[in-house]
Amino acid sequence: MYTLANMQESIKKVEATRAQRMANEPRRMTADEKDALLAAYHPDYKEEGFITLKVGPNKGEKVPTELGYLLESNSRILGVDIDLDKVDYDVDVLVIGAGGAGSSAAIEAHEAGANVMITTKLRIGDANTMMAEGGIQAADKENDSPAQHYLDAFGGGHFAARPELLRKLVMEAPDAISWLENLGVMFDKDENGRMVTTHGGGTSRKRMHACRDYSGAEIMRTLRDEVINRGIPVVEFSSAVELIKDDKGQVAGAVLQNMETGEYQVAKAKTVIIATGGAGRLHYNNFPTSNHYGATADGLILGYRAGAPLLYQDTIQYHPTGAAYPAQIFGALVTEKVRSLGAMLVNVDGEAFMHPLETRDVSAASIIRECSDDRNEGVETPQGKAVWLDTPMIDLLHGEGTIEKRIPAMFRMFMQYGIDMRKEPILVYPTLHYQNGGLEINGEGFTNTVNNLLVAGEAVGGIHGRNRLMGNSLLDVIVFGRDAGKAAAAKAKDVTLGKMNLDHVEKYAEILKEAGIDTGMVSPQLLPNYAGKRHL
Amino acid sequence: MQEMVNIYVYGKKYSVPGDLTIMTAMEYAGYQLKRGCGCRHGFCGACATIYRIKGKNELKTCLACQTQVEDGMYIASLPFYPIDKRTYDIEEISAEQRVMMDLYPEIYSCVGCNACTKGCPQDLNVMQYIAYAQRGDFKKCAEESFDCIGCGICASRCPAGISHPMVGELARRLNGKYIVPKAEHLKNRVEEIHEGKFDDLIEQVMGKPIDEIQELYNNREIEK
Repeated sequence: MYTLANMQESIKKVEATRAQRMANEPRRMTADEKDALLAAYHPDYKEEGFITLKVGPNKGEKVPTELGYLLESNSRILGVDIDLDKVDYDVDVLVIGAGGAGSSAAIEAHEAGANVMITTKLRIGDANTMMAEGGIQAADKENDSPAQHYLDAFGGGHFAARPELLRKLVMEAPDAISWLENLGVMFDKDENGRMVTTHGGGTSRKRMHACRDYSGAEIMRTLRDEVINRGIPVVEFSSAVELIKDDKGQVAGAVLQNMETGEYQVAKAKTVIIATGGAGRLHYNNFPTSNHYGATADGLILGYRAGAPLLYQDTIQYHPTGAAYPAQIFGALVTEKVRSLGAMLVNVDGEAFMHPLETRDVSAASIIRECSDDRNEGVETPQGKAVWLDTPMIDLLHGEGTIEKRIPAMFRMFMQYGIDMRKEPILVYPTLHYQNGGLEINGEGFTNTVNNLLVAGEAVGGIHGRNRLMGNSLLDVIVFGRDAGKAAAAKAKDVTLGKMNLDHVEKYAEILKEAGIDTGMVSPQLLPNYAGKRHL
Repeated sequence: MQEMVNIYVYGKKYSVPGDLTIMTAMEYAGYQLKRGCGCRHGFCGACATIYRIKGKNELKTCLACQTQVEDGMYIASLPFYPIDKRTYDIEEISAEQRVMMDLYPEIYSCVGCNACTKGCPQDLNVMQYIAYAQRGDFKKCAEESFDCIGCGICASRCPAGISHPMVGELARRLNGKYIVPKAEHLKNRVEEIHEGKFDDLIEQVMGKPIDEIQELYNNREIEK
């Protein structure tokens, strides 16, 4: 049972073993041990929490229940009379979503001379990119190479990544960092300009670049500043609720809806980039999430209804270290950088039960096992069980002041509730963090089924395989965002649009009807419904 | 059972569990938020909030997602503030004092009231970083303002009409691009890749049968 006294008692055990633990690096698990652990404890490997799709391009495949319901629901605009001849925006490139991928795409499309606009349901920068804390990978040190980066990511993702996509990710990584450096992103550097880099879970070289623990925020606000400087139109509080096609079957724009007034608008475009991000706010398996308010998989719904298949939609990343205490920050991200800097994962008895830098799926499963009845080594909290992240080790290892300098956001977040992580360990438990899957793309960023439709960022499936390494998502939004923007601008020059229609929306409704599916819902969801509830 | 507290959202009273944040308390009370809610974890600045505790005189500012409710809290959110961002071409400017004078001349009208600093939910020394900007010390301005999340509370309290977050943003970009030395190893690596120096190496890895790649992965050396 949870009592403050029990918690204090456990902290004493963590303190008592600290010196001995610091002298002994825990061993890493073998491949077989990892496989067995994942099979027994990782939510992806369980039957519950998934349904089988009955319609659409991925018919017969497994999908998280909440996403499945949305995929098998009707359009928000089914039966709504929308005049497609009244065009409100007419552009070359329409970018849906204004996070890291969407903003990078817009900048590159603009650079290439295209008439580009962004539409986003919240504000520019309201995105998971803004919340990425720990860093961004790139093999730019002398002892490293893109091939080594490839190997780490391919293995960490269970050898399931699409090789042509992963190759792009690692080969274009240094150029992405260089592009950001030229835009003025303030990376952590030494006095000579050399990048300060660390490990992430599953990396074999120290290639994690960071901007304190505001890495994503620093990148996102720089991109936002650049988008505004260039005068690229950003239509905020404007959701894309459906794609529009033309009579040749190619994508031709999107129906937008004003989030506040409900008014519909028509955006016509020669190429469309879906950059709508993740799905944490769907709370798969009832997990809390580290994601931003709008992470509801909207782009996946739009693409799927228009005929674009998903890939690895059944693999979800639970970040090993979500905040587990206090209740006010339950599920908030505690950056992996805390472990990169040396903090160990420790159980209720003060034992380091694993190497702190295993890959995320393995680490999450290991924490879940520690807290399960099988082991019963978790610390009781008001929200359930958790394990310790032994943060005082950081200043002991790297000198006083390291926490405040290198992870100020974490320090601030816990101090807000009177917890000084320099002096006492913090409690963590996995939190829903990232969708490994998404819409399938080819090496040029286009979907294979809907002409002129591109996808970038977290909405893409296949770049990372069935698990993603720390620092590779912040990287992929930049690499694939930029490439999508360039490709969309180039392609737009050759596109002639026919008459626009929303026939696929009605066709999808018929398919649902024939399959006897009626979820009673409409999709995309746009925002989670938290009103009137005490929610995670 | 969690103790209930009374809060006043835009003046209207609601009874909510005392362990909630202002944001989750508003939702508990029935609000479906569209404005004033972004990342929910203290990074995006969407939920700037002003409050006063009943019976007390002091006006306080905070982020709704990072602040626990208190009994008698009168709450008003500030979901949008008309911040004044000036546009520029980052390639055409340089890190000279004149840049700030041209783009944000109002920083020289600072009256030193320190309301910006007092209002900052990140506890930044806002007035100090404006002072650095005034004297053209963009490096110090960038470092001092680095943890800014752009909520705009500082600007809303400023009698001189300064858009502090935008001044910090400009300083950071100038610092990152023009003042801090460029990473030499990064420049070299980009060139090497463009010259095709890693093509063979990556093809070698990619071209192996899956069991050989697995072997390679499981036995790779990890840098200490």
